[in-house]
Amino acid sequence: MHQVPLQSYLTLAATLFSLGVLGVLIKRNALVVFMSVELMLNASNLTFLAFARDAGVDMGHLPALFVIAVAAAEASIGLAVIIAVFRSRGTVNVDEIRTMRL
Amino acid sequence: MTTFLFYLFAILTVASAFSVILARSPIYAAMSLVGTFFCLAGIYALLLAHTIAVLQVLVYAGAIMVLFLFVIMLLSLAEPLPPGKITFGRVVGALCAVGLGVLLAYASWNFVPVGAEPPPSFGTLQSIGAQLYTQWLAPFEAVSLLLLVAMVGAVVVAKSRI
Repeated sequence: MHQVPLQSYLTLAATLFSLGVLGVLIKRNALVVFMSVELMLNASNLTFLAFARDAGVDMGHLPALFVIAVAAAEASIGLAVIIAVFRSRGTVNVDEIRTMRL
Repeated sequence: MTTFLFYLFAILTVASAFSVILARSPIYAAMSLVGTFFCLAGIYALLLAHTIAVLQVLVYAGAIMVLFLFVIMLLSLAEPLPPGKITFGRVVGALCAVGLGVLLAYASWNFVPVGAEPPPSFGTLQSIGAQLYTQWLAPFEAVSLLLLVAMVGAVVVAKSRI
């Protein structure tokens, strides 16, 4: 942390997180919405790692590890849901998907 | 050197994250996301989180993005969607996201760092592994169960007939 201050890392994470929020809110393709969620998860990971480096304790790396594992589970389930939705409706446009039932 | 690498990776990360949002085709968005993950792995390495940087490339840029590309190809979604209307909700959403970003960046700039010196074993696989299998054993087992449930759930949801 001698050359680059902690605030720079946190600001980068804040930028990435809000880009993810922006993508979730304005994109219409469900796949790109999922990619934006991945961006937000990565921003939270970066925050964990930056705080761990700043505190000099590497215990903060373990939540980051679990975030990666949960992101893998989330991606597999989410993409399965997208495949199921595409099968029944023929689109992944979130504006056109209005009902929960088949 | 660290400063130069940080700003290089930071600019590349933000640029490729923008390109994820702005890309018209999902394929381009996915490739930009791979670039984002690689640059973030570089930033993780600058934070002395070598283990997490390797896992980022292996799991995120490797496994998860292959899954994304596979689904894009499987559903033949490479064609961009027709341009949508700019609705009131979208404008409000974009403004909220920008506002959130400004707030978070403001809070980040005013954070007072601790600035502690890390020990030599900081972020090594040995240190992470020792903590993972002692203090964090219960969450580790819970995550293994979660991955099993996710695997079974993905098969059940995505398969048309079982």
